[in-house]
Order: sequence, then structure tokens, then C-alpha cells
Amino acid sequence: MTRLGLMASAFRRHRLRLLLTAMSIVVAFLLFSYLVAIRKAFQMGVDVAGADRMMVRHSVSIIQSLPTSYEAEIERVPGVVDATPLSWFGGIYQDPKNFIAQFPVKPEEYLAMYPEFRLSPEQKAAWLRTRTGAIVGRTIADKYHWKIGDRIPIQATVWRPKGGGATWEFELVGIYDGAEKETDTTQFLFRQDFFEENKQFGQGRIGWYAIRIKDPARAAEVAKAIDQQFVNSPAATKTETEGAMAQSFADQVGNIGAIVTAILGAVFFIILVVVGNTMAQGVRERTQEIGVLKAVGFTNGEVLALVLGESMLLAGVAGGFGLAVGWLLVSQGDPTNGFLPIFFFPPEDLVLGIALVLGLGLFSGLLPALQAMRLRTVDALRRG
Amino acid sequence: MLRWLSQIGTLTIFNLKTLPQRPGSVAASLVGMAGVVAVLVGVLSIQQGFTRTMAVTGSPDTAFVLRGGADGEMMSILTRDDARLIAEAPGIARGAGDPLVSPELFVVIGQPKKTTGTDANVPLRGVVPAAFGVHEKVKIVEGRPFVWGRNEVIVGRAAQGQFRGLSVGSTLHLGQNLWQVVGAFTAEGGLPESEIWADAAVLQPAYRRGTTYQSVKVKLASAGSFKQFKDALTANPQLDVKVLRETEFYAGQSRGMTTLIVSLGVIIGVLMGLGAVFGALITMYTAVATRTREIATLRALGFGSSPVVLSVIGESLAIAALGGVLGAVGAWIAFDGFQTATMNWQSFSQVAFAFRVGPPLLALGVLYALALGLVGGLLPAIRAARLPVANALRE
Repeated sequence: MTRLGLMASAFRRHRLRLLLTAMSIVVAFLLFSYLVAIRKAFQMGVDVAGADRMMVRHSVSIIQSLPTSYEAEIERVPGVVDATPLSWFGGIYQDPKNFIAQFPVKPEEYLAMYPEFRLSPEQKAAWLRTRTGAIVGRTIADKYHWKIGDRIPIQATVWRPKGGGATWEFELVGIYDGAEKETDTTQFLFRQDFFEENKQFGQGRIGWYAIRIKDPARAAEVAKAIDQQFVNSPAATKTETEGAMAQSFADQVGNIGAIVTAILGAVFFIILVVVGNTMAQGVRERTQEIGVLKAVGFTNGEVLALVLGESMLLAGVAGGFGLAVGWLLVSQGDPTNGFLPIFFFPPEDLVLGIALVLGLGLFSGLLPALQAMRLRTVDALRRG
Repeated sequence: MLRWLSQIGTLTIFNLKTLPQRPGSVAASLVGMAGVVAVLVGVLSIQQGFTRTMAVTGSPDTAFVLRGGADGEMMSILTRDDARLIAEAPGIARGAGDPLVSPELFVVIGQPKKTTGTDANVPLRGVVPAAFGVHEKVKIVEGRPFVWGRNEVIVGRAAQGQFRGLSVGSTLHLGQNLWQVVGAFTAEGGLPESEIWADAAVLQPAYRRGTTYQSVKVKLASAGSFKQFKDALTANPQLDVKVLRETEFYAGQSRGMTTLIVSLGVIIGVLMGLGAVFGALITMYTAVATRTREIATLRALGFGSSPVVLSVIGESLAIAALGGVLGAVGAWIAFDGFQTATMNWQSFSQVAFAFRVGPPLLALGVLYALALGLVGGLLPAIRAARLPVANALRE
């Protein structure tokens, strides 16, 4: 009988318990998949923020507007490469439940500022030609089944159009993809010049500026220089790195994400301990059998390898299956309908998951395997 | 029938008495069940607490007026003329001769959070004297009310707990203005406790808002006069407004948080439930396997198969119920009343609230445990009943 045959016969002994143990491992790693995706989602892109990008906002809060004239003034500050305006539009597509982030932007400057938003040259050209043109991220284009050429009505909340009514109509001219998995592909972007011309009020003012600086190491210096420039004007500014801004947003959402992930983590480890214990118990029950193996000439090393191989096989197959299904489920996207725009299985956590699978197999098998190895054949046979 | 029942009773008690003989697997099952319930209850307590804060804020005899199409205060704009027209509508309660109509300005200021030190959007509300008649729950508990026309503010108790620099006597720097914190207030745990209040007339120029407001709150003569009031406003061609009951508005404000927490909670709850069912199955199959002989003996003595099934299920349910209660009580001790603040995306500002584990949530947790216990007990119970008596006795 081959070694694999021996392992298989061991598995056949308690088919039901084996199945249940395997299913528990699958569930544990499904949970792990959601855990890492949720943790990533609540970080809100802090770790992917461009190091050379900063945000300039009103010193009191981000809801206060800044004059459009600041753009040129900021660009004159030494160390600043470019500044581009952004505003929060806050319109509604069909139903307030459909949460979509919409920004009026300057197309060319914006795409240069965020090179991780990949738009084909033809679509970019179309956007520059079309004043009412808008581009959207792949995720929401898929979600709402939007195609190039569609006319998309957005109900204004604050920013009503001059012509009366509350509806802005945009023509979809492009769909951008993310260069990285972390890239936010849920934005709806339209042209600042069209917005400026057609909004009922607030001309000459925008929400905040995104700026690119030459040297990330001098970010603090540049921020100080910019804020100093406007300190005595009616709209004083606060400049911070994109990472700091993302961090403060993540902090604003607060410890809810931390609490959810802490709970999930605890549960995951409890399941691992329980499953590991069940697997170890299965080995202990076979003491007599192992005695027989040793009696017929199996070496200590072979016994160790056999028992360990068994637990590794179980953990590997079930854990691997759990990770694969978890990956698939998480790839279906945000389960909360738009509240967690960045929702995916981080590749670095896949490595962690595989390490945990192997660790589970190793630790649940090692102790009983060592016991089995050290066992004196005579004792083992007598125990039955 | 009576005999059947007494058989079930006898067997269940008999089963329960065997529990101390296998402490390991019973403990594992108990801990698993308690863990599932504790986590489910814990996660949902976030949503319950948030929703409760919103619910105690709204009162059915108060109307909430926004501009048409606006989904929250941040997105609404109403002029002084709008406010005047609204105050002329029928169905409004009066206090000291004046209609109880409170136009309000709503902005946010960046104030550092105590836990992280990073700026958070703390809501700042500009009010007129009628506000204190409309929001009856607001009570000054420290210091004094602000003086109308001065750069003074009062701060909600919950906001003081979550953000720096808001204690009575401190000074806020907002742009080029300095504001004195002169008092603190409570609002029976409602949303205003997360806010800072100031005189709207002083706030408007400071925030370049001219004479505009964002919302108008109206105390109605009675909860029943809402329709009359709403119809009058919607029929007025000079107004383009959205009229809601305050209760309705705040229920809408917790929508986002509810979606987020409930969808995460369901995923977590279902996955962990599966894990717990597998755990319970392992425990109960082991229980049945080790008692093969006893069960066969009982059957040989004349106990029916259905009492055997039901007694095994009863045992599983007993473990589940105990685990469920332990988990629910554990979650109650750990989470109930835990103070935190989070972003309410609908108003783009911070809401301070306390996690809440109430009786409905405790009941939900225990019921879930029982359901899991039922599923976990059913299959092993059937196996127990199907054991061929003669073979089993021989083992």
C-alpha cells in the first residue's frame, strides 16, 4: 500500500467528521476573505494615496468653497507642479440610495493629476470635444449598465442648473479603468467649464484643489508656503497630503471598521483553534493503528511524515477551496451598494491566507505527529 | 400521547445528565455558539445604537422642511423669504404668540477627534430664538445659553466627549473669527448632542451665507395637522420645498449606516452560523456515537424512535440556548453603551452615538442560536433513531 493510500484510508475512517472539519475550514477562510476585504475597504485608500499629491482646502472645513483665482496663485508657489480644482456635486441618479461620487473637473489637468485613471486617447479626445461630456469608472458603468453615448440625467441637490428645473443631463463619452486594484473606479466626472457656466450661483468658486509637488520630501514646506499665502484672506487654506486627507476621512468613519475587523479576526482564530483541535483528536484516536505501522517496520520519520501529511492535505485542500471561493465572492464587489467603493481581495493578504492554511495544517498535525513518533510500539499496541 | 411525552422528557433529562461526561466537546460547542451570537449581536448593536440616536431625535409633531430634491440638510438652501412663507402656513403651534418656526443654518467645522487627533466634520448649527421652542428636548446642563448677537456657542454633551477643544470656557478659531464656548447641552441622547449651536444671524455673515438657511423645523399644532401644513406648502407656487415629518427624515438619515452594517452583519452572521452548525454537528454526532449502546438498550426496552430523535434535538437545543444566552449577555456587557462617533454621509458630518444591545437584539441572538442548534441536532438525531437495535447492542 502506498503512503497516499494509507492517508486515504485514514480519511475514509470518519468520513462524516472529515467532511464537517473540512467544511469548517472552508468557512473559516471564507470569513478570512471578507475580513481582509473589509479591512481594506475601511482604510479608504490611505495606502495608495499619491505621495506627491496634496489637497488644498478651506481652513475651517472642506464644505467651504475657495476662489477659482487660487489656482494660478498656488501654481506660483515654489515646488508646486500643477493645481487642479475639484468640487463635490452631490447629485442623485434615479434614487438617493444610488450613491455616486460626482465631481466637476478640468479634464486634461485631472487626468494628468491622476494617471491611475486610465482613459483611452479616443475617449479623452471625445471628452475634450463634448462640453456636456462625462466619464465614469468601470465599476459603476457596469453596475448601472451605462454605455458610451448614453445620456445620463442627474438630479441636482445644491447645484441647480440655470435653465430651471433640477436636472443636469450628461453624455457619457468615456469609461475609465483603474491602473491598480485599489484605484477608485466609482467616480462620475464631468467638465468644470460646463458646470461653471450653468450653475445658478457660486460662480468663481470651487470646492478644493488637488496639487502635484516636485519633491514629496518637501511636502510640509510646500504646505506651509501655500497656507501662508492665504492666511490673511477671507478664505484661509489648509494643505495636507492626499494620504493625510484619506487618513482623516478614515478616522472620521472611526473605529467601526476597526471593531468589525477585530471581531472577525477573533472569530477566525477561534475557528482555527477548534478545527485544529478536532484534527489533532482524530490523530490521537489512532494510536493503536500507528503502533501497528511501527510494528511492521515504519520508521519514526515515516510516521511523522504520514500524520503531518494527512493534516497538511486536509488543511490545504479545504483551506485552498475556502480562499478560492472567498476570492470569487469578494470579486462580486461591494456588498453594501456603494458605501465601500474599494472592495477587493488584496493580493498581499492572499499570501497571508496561504501561510495561515499551511500553518493550520502544520500545527494541528505536528503535536500529535510528534506524540505518535515518540510512542513506544509496545505501549501503542497495548492501548487498544 | 402522555407516555410519548414522558418518554421524551425522561430521555432528554437522561441526555443532559451525560453532558458532564464529555466536557471537551460540549464546551467547544458552547463556546462556538456563544461566539457566533456575541459577534452577531455586537455588530448589529452598532446599527441599533445609530438608529436609536436618530429615532429619539425625531418627534412626530415636528415638520422638517428642505428645498425640493434635497436629500439632507447639507444639500438644501432656503431663503429668508421661504422661511417667512413657511411660517404663514396653517397648522403651526404657537409659543408666546409667535409661530414655532425655526429656520436653521447647517455647516461643519474641522475639529480634532479625541481618539485620533485628526480633523473631523463637526456639525455647527445656526439657530434663531424659536429653535429652543421647537427643539424642546434641548436643555442647558452646564454654563449658560449664548447671548444673541455675540460670537458665542453652546456644545452638545456627546460632541464634547468625542472632539477636542469643546469644553465650556474654551475658544474656537473659525477662519478669522473667535467663538467662545459658554455652555453645554443635552437632548435626551438625540442628534443635537453631537452638534455645536450658535446664533444664525452671527453665523450667516461668517460663513458668507447672506440671509439663507438650510432647513426649517416647524412645531405643529398637533401630529395630525401635518397633512394640512404639508398641503399648504406644496400648493404654494412661490415655494419649491420638500416637507417631511421629523421622524421620517431621521429614519432616512440612518439608512446608509443601516445598509452598511446590516449587509456586513448578514455576511458575518451567515458564515459564522455555518461554522457553528458544523461544530454542533460534530458535537452531536460524537454524542450519539458514544451512546450507541445506551440508545439501543433504550429502544430494546420499548422507547419509540421519535422520542429518541426529539430528545437528541432537545439536547442540542439546550446547549445552543445556553451558548446563545452566554453570547448575548457577553455582547451586552462588552458593547452596550460604548460611545463612539462616525461619519453620517447623508449630512457629511459626525454623529456621536452609543452602541445599543436592547431586548430585541438579545432575543434575535438567542433565536439564531436555537435555529443553529436545531439544524445541528437534526441529522445526528435521525442517525440515533435509525440505529439497528440488534447490531448496536452487540458493539
